[in-house]
Formats: sequence, C-alpha cells, structure tokens
Amino acid sequence: MSRLQVVSGKGGTGKTTVAAALALALATAGKRTLLVEVEGRQGIAQLFETEALPYEERKIAVAPGGGEVHALAIDPELALLDYLQMFYKLGGAGRALKKLGAIDFATTIAPGLRDVLLTGKACEAVRRKDRSGRFVYDYVVMDAPPTGRITRFLNVNDEVAGLAKIGPIHNQAQAVMRVLKSAETAVHLVTLLEEMPVQETVDGIAELRAARLPVGRVIVNMVRPQSLDAADLELVRTVPRASLARSLSAAGLGGARRGGHAERLVEPLLGQAEEYAERYALEQEQRSVLGELGLPLHELPLLAEGMDLAGLYELATELRKQGVS
Amino acid sequence: MSPDPAPAQETARAQEASHALESARPHDGARHLAPARVLDVDPLLDDPKTRIVVCCGSGGVGKTTTAAALGLRAAERGRKVVVLTIDPARRLAQSMGIDSLDNVPRRVKGTEGDGELHAMMLDMKRTFDEVVEAHADPERAAAILANPFYQSLSAGFAGTQEYMAMEKLGQLRARDEWDLIVVDTPPSRSALDFLDAPKRLGSFLDGRLIRLLTAPAKLGGRAGMKFLNVGMSMMTGTLGKLLGGQLLKDVQTFVAAMDTTFGGFRTRADATYKLLQAPGTAFLVVAAPERDALREAAYFVERLAAEKMPLAGLVLNRVHGSGADHLSAERALAAAENLEEPRIVDQADGKAGLRNSPETDGGSDSPEPSSPDPAPAPSVAELPDEQTSVDLVDQVTAGLLRLHAERMQLLSREQRTRDRFTARHPEVAVAEVAALPGDVHDLAGLRDIGNRLADNRRELPEPGE
Ligand SMILES: Nc1ncnc2c1ncn2[C@@H]1O[C@H](COP(=O)(O)OP(=O)(O)OP(=O)(O)O)[C@@H](O)[C@H]1O
Ligand SMILES: Nc1ncnc2c1ncn2[C@@H]1O[C@H](COP(=O)(O)OP(=O)(O)OP(=O)(O)O)[C@@H](O)[C@H]1O
Ligand SMILES: [Mg+2]
Ligand SMILES: [Mg+2]
Repeated sequence: MSRLQVVSGKGGTGKTTVAAALALALATAGKRTLLVEVEGRQGIAQLFETEALPYEERKIAVAPGGGEVHALAIDPELALLDYLQMFYKLGGAGRALKKLGAIDFATTIAPGLRDVLLTGKACEAVRRKDRSGRFVYDYVVMDAPPTGRITRFLNVNDEVAGLAKIGPIHNQAQAVMRVLKSAETAVHLVTLLEEMPVQETVDGIAELRAARLPVGRVIVNMVRPQSLDAADLELVRTVPRASLARSLSAAGLGGARRGGHAERLVEPLLGQAEEYAERYALEQEQRSVLGELGLPLHELPLLAEGMDLAGLYELATELRKQGVS
Repeated sequence: MSPDPAPAQETARAQEASHALESARPHDGARHLAPARVLDVDPLLDDPKTRIVVCCGSGGVGKTTTAAALGLRAAERGRKVVVLTIDPARRLAQSMGIDSLDNVPRRVKGTEGDGELHAMMLDMKRTFDEVVEAHADPERAAAILANPFYQSLSAGFAGTQEYMAMEKLGQLRARDEWDLIVVDTPPSRSALDFLDAPKRLGSFLDGRLIRLLTAPAKLGGRAGMKFLNVGMSMMTGTLGKLLGGQLLKDVQTFVAAMDTTFGGFRTRADATYKLLQAPGTAFLVVAAPERDALREAAYFVERLAAEKMPLAGLVLNRVHGSGADHLSAERALAAAENLEEPRIVDQADGKAGLRNSPETDGGSDSPEPSSPDPAPAPSVAELPDEQTSVDLVDQVTAGLLRLHAERMQLLSREQRTRDRFTARHPEVAVAEVAALPGDVHDLAGLRDIGNRLADNRRELPEPGE
C-alpha cells in the first residue's frame, strides 16, 4: 500500500478529520504513522486536544492495538530557512532574511516555492530510514489543501518551472515529483453526499488524473444514518394513517382517535419521512455518481454528538473495518 | 488560490477570540435565555435607503443561496436589483442564466412582478484586467497584462478574489443603475477574510519590502542604509538564486508599471472599504447552526461593530425543526423499542385488541376519554395474517419514531448552539431558514428560501421550551 497518503476534498467536508482518522487506522500494531499539516492552521492540535504543534515531529496518539501516530505542522518559512542553511550555509544571515520578511516575500510571490517546501518535507519523511535501514514511518498521511488547489499543489514541477532552473529547489522539485507520481503515493478525496462536493470530487479526480497523479480512495464523510430503507419508505407510502395512529398508540404515545396525541403525531412524522425520502433519493443519486468513478468508496458516519477524540477513534475503527489498513 | 500569506496571524486571532468567548460565557449553569430578536427581512429589502446588502459567512453555509434569494425577493417586491455572485453552484448559475462568464450583469428571466433582477458571476481575472485597462494607456496595459507575475497574481493569489469582489462592487455602485446591490462573498474559512484580504494584499503589493527588493538601486548612497544595503544585496542574491532572476525582474517591472498608472493598491483597497461603511450598506451574516460556523459569525459580528459597519442580522441557515417537537427523542426511542418487542405474549394474554393506549401525555389539550378500541378482536382464524400486517405497521412506525428521535437530537443540538450565540449577542436579530431536503437550484427554490427568510417564524423551539 502507498506510503504517502494525501487527503484532499472540498473545504469543510472533513479533510483534517479524515486524515487524522486515517493516520490512526494505519497505525496498526507495531506501526508508526506521521500525520502532517501544511496550511498552518493547527487543525491537528485542535482535533487531538493538545497544544499547538511546533515545527517538530512529536507523538500525539497511540492507536488501538498499539501503533503510534506522530504529527508535524510544516512551517514553510522554517522549511525554507532549513534549506538555505543546508545549501548556502547562511548562518545568521538567514535570521536577518527572516526578520526583513524576505522569506515571507519569497514564498508569497512564488507559491510554487512554498508548495515544493511543503511536499518536499513530507516526501523526506516518507523516505527517511533509521540506522538499521528500516523506514522511520510506515505511513505518512497529509492533511492537504482543498480539491480546488490540490493538483497545482502536488504538481510541483510545473509550479516551479518559472523559478530558478538550477539549484536545490529545482532538484528538490524533481525528487518530490518522482515520489508523488509513483505508486508510493495515493491521493484520497473526502466528500459529502451533496451535489456540490460530489461535483468537485469528480472534477478534482479528472484534474489529478490529467496530471498523472495517483488517485486513491473516495471517502464519503458525515453520512447520515439510514433509518428507513427503500422498502420501509414504500411501506410508509402505503400504510393507512389510521393504522399508524393505532400503532403509535400501542407504543404508548396517546390516543389513536382523531385529535388524540398519537393521531396528531402521524402528520408530522409522515412529513419528516417524506423529507427523508427526498434526501435519500438525492443521496442515492450522488452515490451512483461516485460509484461510476471506479475507485474504492468508503463511508464514514455523521457523529451525532459532534467530533471529539472518542469520535475520532470511532472513525478510525470504521476505516479499519472497511479495509484501509 | 495560493496559500494564505499570513496564517500565523490568523491563528493568533482565533486564539484571542476564543479567549473572548470563554470570558463572555455566563457563570450560572441554568440560564434563562430571552428569545433572540427576529430579523425582519422585508423592511430591509423594501427600504429605498438600503443600497447594498453584503452576505458574509464561513465556507459552505449558504451565502450564495441567501444572496440570490434576497435579490429575487427584493426584485419581486418591486426593486431593481443586481446580485453579484461568486462561484455559484453550476445548476443555480444555469437556472439564473449567468453561467456564461462575461463579467457583466444579465437580466434574470422568469421573475414575477414589476421589479427587475440582474445577476452576474464574478470573474476575478477579467475584473483585474479591466482595472488595468481602465488605468493605463493601451500600450502599458498590454505590457502589464502580459507580465507573468501579473498573470499569476490575477489568476489566484491569496486575497485576489476578495479584492476583486470589492472592486466589482465599487464599479456596480458607481454605475448607479440599480436600487439595490446584493453581494455574495468568496468561499473562505473565515467571514473576516472578506474584510481583511483586500487590505492584506494591498499592503503586500505596496509594501516596503517589495519596493526595496524590486528596486534596490534607488537606495544607493542614502545614509543610514548601510546595513540594509548589505542585507539587500545578500537578500536579492539569495532570492535570485532561489526564484531565478527573471521572476524578480517580472515583479519589479510589474510594480513599476502599476505605480505610474494605478496609484497604489492599498489606496484602492481603502476606497472600496469605505463603501462598506457608507450609510445604505447592510451586512447579513450567514451561518449554519454549528459550533464552528457560529463562532465565526460571532467574530464577524464583533468585528463589524469595531469597524462601525452596520449589521442587519444573522441568517441561521439549514436549521432542522419538527412539527412534533413536543415528542422528545427519548420518548420516541422508548416507544420504538416498545413496538419492536415481540407482541406474541400480549396476543396470548388476549390484549391484542387493546391497540389504543390511554392518553398519558400531559399536553395542553383536554384529556381524551380513554376508550376501548372500536375494532373487534380478530378471530383466531384471521390471526396470522392480521399479525403480520400489525407487525409490518409496527415496524414502519418504529422506523418513523427513530427518524424522529434523530431529528430531535439534531434539533436540540442546533437549539443549544443557537442559544449560545444569542447569549453572547442578544442584540443580533436572527432569521431562521429550514434545511430543505434537496439543493436550491432554481428560482422556485430561491423564492421558497426567500419566503422562509421573511416569514419571521422560528424553526427551532424557543429557549426553555
Ligand atoms: N464524521 C463526522 N461527524 C461529525 N462531525 C464531523 C465529522 N467529520 C468532520 N466533522 C466536523 O466537521 C467540521 C469540518 O471538519 P474538518 O475541519 O475536518 O474539515 P476540513 O475539510 O479539514 O475543513 P477545512 O476545509 O476548513 O480545512 C469540523 O467541525 C468537524 O469536527
Ligand atoms: N436552506 C437550505 N436548505 C437546503 N439546502 C441549502 C440551503 N441553503 C443552501 N443550501 C445548499 O447548500 C449548498 C451550499 O450553499 P451555498 O453555495 O449557498 O453556500 P456558500 O456559503 O455560498 O458556499 P461557499 O462558501 O462554498 O461559497 C448548495 O448546494 C445549496 O443549494
Ligand atoms: Mg482542515
Ligand atoms: Mg458561495
């Protein structure tokens, strides 16, 4: 399985959440995963309920079964300083550059530079080995930019084409590209069962494929429970109201006669079922659009009580059950 | 879009604001909230003094839908309206006839009444090009448009979309052809980006550093700049190695060309910003009834107050109400379990006919005399069939009750989230719009949303209910 797993998707669909759950899921017994964040938002720290992450790898969780999840928030400024230091031995001048805002300037006028630093750092972690020659991380999971930017973000070669044609950044881009376009990498897309995110997923996959970037899985997030299936809905349409009222009454919800409590529940409950049916039909439509992509499709439930650490582990378990690790 | 140039600041801002949130929280556990003020949309739309309505909010909450629905409603109430949409969903754009990207407003067909609805979809690159073309002679404009740095800037720099949305708003307002302009804002994590991004981009482009770096020669010989000069040459040297000389030269040419024609990005950003403070501008914050979205909305409300920008209210979009909200989730679930227990025992006890439970609900209505079921008990021969159908009905009923329980859980979570916002900002008027089961992608759907925006009715129960 690919050792670099990149998680993208429309804004707000759950990229950070799914990336974290995936990192937990992949950290099976004896394994170690690195979860990296590239947008400087400290989403991982929030999710794991820890203080802000420095630009430094650290262990943030132990997965069920004993694997370890480490995390890293990549700071492009510091990454650039690292590079300058490594290749040009800048010493104190590096700090002066930073102070003058030159680093910020450089990464801002050349977004490609920023991207290659971020992806470069992730690729370095993928390839890093310890003294015994074993990979330090079994998997690296990246909480990546949203679908609209992901292809440009990963396609660093094109991005830095306008930059210096020689030197470390150029070489870095080449090395990164070799990893990103290989089977070592898989780009997953998170979506909801709604028209816009699904459309964005379809478009995003086409773009990734056109750029020859390896597409992995589609993960449908926040899937609402299927309280009623198609057969139930058929029954709902045909059952006489009076029978429903009697059944509600038998369940202890008041009188079934006209105006009784149970009887008065029938209309609103049927109204809710009708809304549900309409939504169900739309969701099925989106499911079939996603089905046509020919990619492994996973579904994660909407956690009714909102997200917290326990919920995250629940999603990780669900991902394992669905065979992602 | 390129990555945000100032993420660190943003994080700091978020932390600061979250402290504010803690301290604003009341101490007592049992709060008795007054219901929020109701936002009355129609007077706002009808008032001839209302000239601009800006719909802000964090990503995906329904800004575009709300802007389009308000525009349609105002038009159908007789005003001449233009809606500036940004990245609308494809089907919505198609149904309004604005899916062709020509960056000018088009009359929307199919509206009712005497007013007019015009709509457009922002093309940020085209808007930027127009600005350049309007300010430079043709030759210079051509040179700027062909500049590679300009091209990447206009195609999607962090903040360009916000900058150009404001620019377009300024243009529309200057034409003075419409009674009312409704503005959608770009998708972003934070509603504040709409206010901050243009200035941030303006300051960056007008910044001292970009000037020093791109025109280091100008500095030669000035006293007191020695260190800086050393720093500069080292910097341009290093940056040149990293970025390549060409990119720096492109930036330099671009800045020089813009300078002589345009008079500064920041000045321009400031000018459009003033428009937002002018009387006749009203802000609406759109939020979903979720913690993150409402937290963003609260920051935004506080910021508007600090900037003296008038807030008309909060649109709480996609809330889930229920026509049976007196039946709690717990009772619904218990009842569903009741039904799913096998009833064979009951049958044997001869209670099968007693399908009608007494009225136990302490409702406001007068108690109903409990009566035996009018239907006669089934004869033994009929029993198996009857049993199956009763079981089937019970199964359906249990499903309906479970569905209701889910709805109630969602509803009370949304209610709590809303009430927390109201506790912090009781002064903000709120309009609640129900979550429709499907997308909103045509005029009928927009009209429906418009009606719900204006009906002054709560979808969620009041606090304490
Ligand atoms: N399965 C789920 N059940 C319930 N809530 C969820 C679920 N997945 C994500 N969320 C919530 O949805 C919100 C958005 O999730 P998240 O931050 O992971 O999205 P994102 O795609 O990373 O967003 P952004 O584009 O802002 O980076 C968060 O409040 C998160 O807690
Ligand atoms: N009240 C509602 N009921 C049901 N669906 C809705 C409602 N409001 C909006 N939607 C749907 O939600 C989706 C997102 O809405 P919209 O595009 O207006 O959000 P937005 O805030 O403009 O998003 P972005 O930040 O991406 O620009 C659309 O598919 C829209 O049809
Ligand atoms: Mg995220
Ligand atoms: Mg929008």
